Amino acid sequence: MFELYFLFSFMIAGAIIAVTVKDLLSSVIAVGVTGLGVCLTFLVLKAPDLAITQLVVEVLCLIILIRATIRTDLPFATTGRWFFNTFITLAFIILFLGISYIALLDVPAFGYPIMKVARVYLEQGFIRTGAANLVSAVILDYRAYDTLGEATILFTAVMGVLAVIRKKGRKKIGEIEEGQDE
Amino acid sequence: MGVYILCLVLFSVGLYCMLRKRNIIKIIIGLIIAEYAVNLFIVLLGYRMEGRAPIYAANQEILNMVDPLPQALVLTSIVIGLAITALVVGIAMRIYERYGTFDITRINKLKG
Repeated sequence: MFELYFLFSFMIAGAIIAVTVKDLLSSVIAVGVTGLGVCLTFLVLKAPDLAITQLVVEVLCLIILIRATIRTDLPFATTGRWFFNTFITLAFIILFLGISYIALLDVPAFGYPIMKVARVYLEQGFIRTGAANLVSAVILDYRAYDTLGEATILFTAVMGVLAVIRKKGRKKIGEIEEGQDE
Repeated sequence: MGVYILCLVLFSVGLYCMLRKRNIIKIIIGLIIAEYAVNLFIVLLGYRMEGRAPIYAANQEILNMVDPLPQALVLTSIVIGLAITALVVGIAMRIYERYGTFDITRINKLKG
């Protein structure tokens, strides 16, 4: 339990630094700290598959964000109504925390989940699917359609990114290709 | 209970960043932080005291396994989060090329 509290404090500190610092590149690096903290927390919570995936995703995310922030300006916007905007935002967040505290009272205590569905998976997963790793048994056998949907979303997002960041439109027939953009 | 509250505090930091900041990159960073917090919360709900990872192995002393279902679904969610981040950053880069700034108050030519 102690290491969970320590890691959470670490992540919250990283997130606050990422939010408050003015330099965009430092902010992106601080988000990387938070992501690696998430990766370690997954390891502590006995989820090694998630930790590996989170590490890969974190590195890719950092590369994408650095590509976006490098060679750009640092806008420093100070407008009027600073106090008003901050007050509204903080009031909304406090309201959110209060409502979620009431909702958390119904959640089972930490460390003692209900596991109504998962009990069947744990008892019969190896016999039915033959996979020693139950997480891969769930994503590739019991809920394979979810994985298919995930692949569809991933494909759509890649198509979207390619369509958005392409610099030139489609060439006409007979025109010479001038080299790739980016 | 205390761990859940800390997770919600992490989510609130991301929410504050999304609602309050004017830089598009800062808004994206808030989105990423909130997404991490939600993923962590779902995995925390499936943790079992003194459990071990849901992988079968011979001659184990601990018999309790943690819940594999939240882990499998969060695995999907993490990858989708990366795709969403890439798409949003692509749009932000296009906005920077068009307007020369990341400040959302100066992006005001959207009509027509």
